Amino acid sequence: MLHYLDTKLPQPTPTRRAFLKLSAGAVGGLLIGSVIPMRGVAQSAGAGDTLVTPFVHITPDNRVIVLSKHLDKGQGAATGLATLVAEELDASAEQVEAVFAPSNPEVYQNLLFGVQGTGGSTAMANSFDQYRQAGATARAMIVNAAADAWGVAAGDISVANGVVSGGGNTATLGELAVQAALQEPPAEVSLKAPDDWVYIGKSFPRVELAQKTRGSVGMFGIDAQPEDCLIAVTARPPRFGATLASVDASEALSMPGVVQVLEIPQGVTVLANNTWAAMQAREALVLDWAEGSGETRGTDELMEEFRALLDAPGNPSAPRGDAAARLAEAAQVVEAEYFFPFLAHAPMEPLDMTVLYDGETASFWGGSQIQTLDHGAAAAVLGLEMGQIAINTTWGGGSFGRRATFDSHLAVETATIAKAWLDGGNGARPIKLIYSREDDIRGGYYRPMALHRVRAGLDAEGNIAGWEHRIVSQSIFAGTPFESFVFTEGVDHSTVEGTSDTPYAIPDMHVDVHHPQVGVPPLWWRSVGHTHTAYVMETMMDELAVAAGRDPVEFRLAYLEGEPRLAGALRLAAERAGPAGPDGTSRGVAVHKSFNSYAAEIADVRLRDDGSVKVEKVTCGIDCGVPINPDNIAAQIEGGLGYGLSAVLREEITLTEGEVDQFNYPDYPPLRITDMPEVEVHIVPSTEAPTGIGEPGTPPIGPAVANAVFAATGERVRTLPFSRHGLA
Amino acid sequence: MTEFTLNGQTQRVEADPDMPLLWVLRDELKLTGTKFGCGVAACGACTVHIDGVPTRSCQTFLGDIEGAEITTIESIDTPEARAIREAWVELQVPQCGYCQSGQIMSASALLAETPKPSDEDIDFAMEGNICRCASYARIRRAIHRAAEIMEA
Ligand code: FES
Ligand code: FES
Repeated sequence: MLHYLDTKLPQPTPTRRAFLKLSAGAVGGLLIGSVIPMRGVAQSAGAGDTLVTPFVHITPDNRVIVLSKHLDKGQGAATGLATLVAEELDASAEQVEAVFAPSNPEVYQNLLFGVQGTGGSTAMANSFDQYRQAGATARAMIVNAAADAWGVAAGDISVANGVVSGGGNTATLGELAVQAALQEPPAEVSLKAPDDWVYIGKSFPRVELAQKTRGSVGMFGIDAQPEDCLIAVTARPPRFGATLASVDASEALSMPGVVQVLEIPQGVTVLANNTWAAMQAREALVLDWAEGSGETRGTDELMEEFRALLDAPGNPSAPRGDAAARLAEAAQVVEAEYFFPFLAHAPMEPLDMTVLYDGETASFWGGSQIQTLDHGAAAAVLGLEMGQIAINTTWGGGSFGRRATFDSHLAVETATIAKAWLDGGNGARPIKLIYSREDDIRGGYYRPMALHRVRAGLDAEGNIAGWEHRIVSQSIFAGTPFESFVFTEGVDHSTVEGTSDTPYAIPDMHVDVHHPQVGVPPLWWRSVGHTHTAYVMETMMDELAVAAGRDPVEFRLAYLEGEPRLAGALRLAAERAGPAGPDGTSRGVAVHKSFNSYAAEIADVRLRDDGSVKVEKVTCGIDCGVPINPDNIAAQIEGGLGYGLSAVLREEITLTEGEVDQFNYPDYPPLRITDMPEVEVHIVPSTEAPTGIGEPGTPPIGPAVANAVFAATGERVRTLPFSRHGLA
Repeated sequence: MTEFTLNGQTQRVEADPDMPLLWVLRDELKLTGTKFGCGVAACGACTVHIDGVPTRSCQTFLGDIEGAEITTIESIDTPEARAIREAWVELQVPQCGYCQSGQIMSASALLAETPKPSDEDIDFAMEGNICRCASYARIRRAIHRAAEIMEA
């Protein structure tokens, strides 16, 4: 499936020598030493004379450096992994740092993906045991070194807060790191009992936040400043799939600072000495595009075609019972149709990647989110083995899914430019490819457009009697390397997730789906299919509760008897939210399970004088298993619901004759501080394995607010965003 | 040649007078703390202080800053900025952090002008700064907290 994974990579083996060699190969011995001092990128550490394992280095000057196999683009993965290591190592919080691991899928794969990559809110779930074991292994080597040095039995040595003691001796971890490197790593380690945890569950402070108050110097890919670096910007076709017919670059080439103009398959790239010159020269290109196989339909045409499909049976997804028969005999039937637009991720740091390629080796710097795919794709473009390429992961300025692409288009384009530059007879120079905000907003890889139609019945007692649900949306996974995991029997599970697998005990339910072809590249967008399915499920549950004359919390709980964790999150949120209607607000409730976590959100909403919606407060209940870092869980719920609220209020990418209508933040307006509610996050105590937190806060906010708007106005918002209705 | 004061030092730059200060800082002077977010004065990521006033550097042009005093996130060290940084870490405000240079420049200018800002003052001063990670609830709390730190 992933053909480039066949490339030879270092194999981890348990012996100490191989252990050190592997680590040196993986961390220190990048083919090209880092030419850019980037914070967070693993640097040549002079391995071999201090404790170096694949996941943690301890230096003689007493730093504990954790290698994060996951990209941190704000979600706190690096701190989470550092917490796990520090816990078992008994390091002090102050001595712990994080850098990003090099690209090496054998050592650093996401244990749930089989490739090195970050996504699906899996960073803690897949690393919880692995990084604790890494900490425990390092601790055992430190303890054994102390035992040898002091002539004390290992069992009589203790470690606490970074200090090793035994037999009247004390030392720091750093003081023992050199001797610890000579110790055989233990074959097995035991992990602490939860009662002994000092960091897990206690809000370990984020390792990088002080730097982030000082300009994040050297942290983000866009800030890479190698000597002699060229800046690249590319003019891409105005329609997805269109191709270049002709270009006149004479004016662009005559502009000061412009070095070269390259025709590449992706478009026309300007290389210049600075970003401003590159962007100005791109404006001066005279471009003619051939339509090719480009998408030429607009949003209205697509909507019409999607709507026609709503009338035809689609591919069923896990049907249960007999929905049609129950609906035929239902006392009431509620029917509704929903429209969800394309959405751009629009992370604050626009896409960028920097490369230095000399014909035989290449180094890349950037916020790579699926390193293995980017690595393999770059190797294919450059005609190199993966072993000749280093991917240096930098901190990411947001992503929300955007830095993880199936086709690695950013790495491919960066590599293509570097190759064209070198093949043109130029000497090797670093090149930084930058997207402008317009490139980002207009560049595709959107949350795909979706239409839903639901018919749900109630019997005479007000119980759900049949649920028919049809979805029309482009498949995200069809034709990608992950297709076989997610796309089966004509159903992309990421389109229907949250519907046919709903935790509600609805006995008669029929979900089916159409996946029309659309020439716009789709992508996962923070919480993927749940971005639209939660909205439909939870506004429909609200409609049914209203039609049945039942309380929305009680109505939901009646269908969650077999789902104690989702019910628990809802009960907690409801209890903490208190009585509805403080200060004349209206209340809406929504719950949703996603990424194996359980979230409930209760929104208190007011309408401003101009009729726009102001969400005053959101009270959340969340069960994500062992809460590794409660404050970061709260931050992710705050951010996740803010991101979801932003989308339902005003975000919408539309097309006219295949061209994107929006350009930049003024016409793709993200949430601002004036629209942010107060957020209270309540965590359900749990000893279950930790699950996702980056995404589960996003799905419930839209329906919670929509339900509150109904309570305030009697209107159901079923065509998004709210700004279409004067509500934002 | 344009001459101005940058972070307390005299600075001379020879570049296109139409070049936005943002790119002068980032590309010509290698000061990357000031971020590029939109280029059209819509996000605030590029905020610097010009003669003490928070200003979008992406829409301020080299030719217009002759003689101006410019302060960037790397060097701002006013009592307000120190309090803001302390509150930002205490309340763990940043997520990805990319917008935070601009947030901190706007927030420290707000505190310099209005030592005890109300929620409305905060809305007014901070509305121009987008945080795509939606760290807004913490930004608000941290500005109030920084005001307390200043008072103490
Ligand atoms: S980059 Fe200047 S306001 Fe966005
Ligand atoms: S912290 Fe990520 S954009 Fe503000």
